[in-house]
Amino acid sequence: MSEHDENKRRRARNIALAAVLFGLVALFYAITIARMGGGGS
Amino acid sequence: MSDASFISQRNEAGNAGLDAAYGQGLTGAGEARPADYLALLKPRVMSLVVFTGLVGMVLAPGHLHPTLALTALLCIAIGAGASGAINMWYDADIDALMSRTQGRPIPQGKITKDEALGFGCVLSVGSVLVMGLGVNWVAAAILALTIGFYVFIYTMWLKRRTPQNIVIGGAAGAFPPMIGWAAVTGDLSLLPVLLFAIIFMWTPPHFWALALYRSDDYARAGVPMLPVVAGDRETRRQILIYSLLLVPVTLSPWALGLVGPLYGGATAALGAIFLALAVRIWRSTGDRAAKHMFGFSILYLFLLFALLLAEHGLGWRA
Repeated sequence: MSEHDENKRRRARNIALAAVLFGLVALFYAITIARMGGGGS
Repeated sequence: MSDASFISQRNEAGNAGLDAAYGQGLTGAGEARPADYLALLKPRVMSLVVFTGLVGMVLAPGHLHPTLALTALLCIAIGAGASGAINMWYDADIDALMSRTQGRPIPQGKITKDEALGFGCVLSVGSVLVMGLGVNWVAAAILALTIGFYVFIYTMWLKRRTPQNIVIGGAAGAFPPMIGWAAVTGDLSLLPVLLFAIIFMWTPPHFWALALYRSDDYARAGVPMLPVVAGDRETRRQILIYSLLLVPVTLSPWALGLVGPLYGGATAALGAIFLALAVRIWRSTGDRAAKHMFGFSILYLFLLFALLLAEHGLGWRA
């Protein structure tokens, strides 16, 4: 695999990981708000 | 040939396949694309799991905040995907031998076995923890049981040892409606157990239909699926027997007054088609009927659960 290709894959993985981390932050925030509002079963 | 030498030869062939993939230098550790990780989660299987989980959630009495309902569905999807990733780690040797699974990320050399195991374990633990902390611990416990059942009971214990592998192992795919129900109510009752029973009884005819026309694949990999071990004729007979058992189980929620007449009538008609296909398989010898049964069985399960959803939405109850 060329260095260019390797860098492209690494960049794609980093972007995906960042998206997952931001997604988790948003999810935990939303869960907290829902539970504080008494939305749990 | 003894079982031990059969398994030993299979493992050597499988490892040689993996070595060939890695030897071509396709990738090494840490060089996979995000799409390769996504493929580890078996997205097609995940979609049916999420759908049946959603139906369990919708049918359950009570109310769950939409954010928590989405969280529960996400956890079901990720938990199912995670167990798929661990399955691909454990089965990498036999996946490399079967044409149906050769395109998976590990046999293709796109992801290493260690990466798949780590990915699967992190997602398994993460999905159970988020379900427990965010939704409730009953749903989290059933999710953990589902993952554990698929990985330890089906993948590691039954799959390579007995033709009953998918009969017992099918329970893993049957838990999602119970998880969905428990996410709302925090407990279980008769209806989610019947939904479990429907998927459980549906699994053998579904997978044996596939195994009938993929038996060469399974034989090459040394997986003792029913057609490989007991032969074509016996498999066709077992498909018919399980189909005859399945239809009354699918009608039981209606017979017990838990769902309405729309479900009862449509399920009876769909069951008649399912039985007709099973009889066709039993009477035929080629692959054609088995391929039809496999395709229809997916539609059948989807329609049964879609009917429950539609009936609930319309407010039609028995």
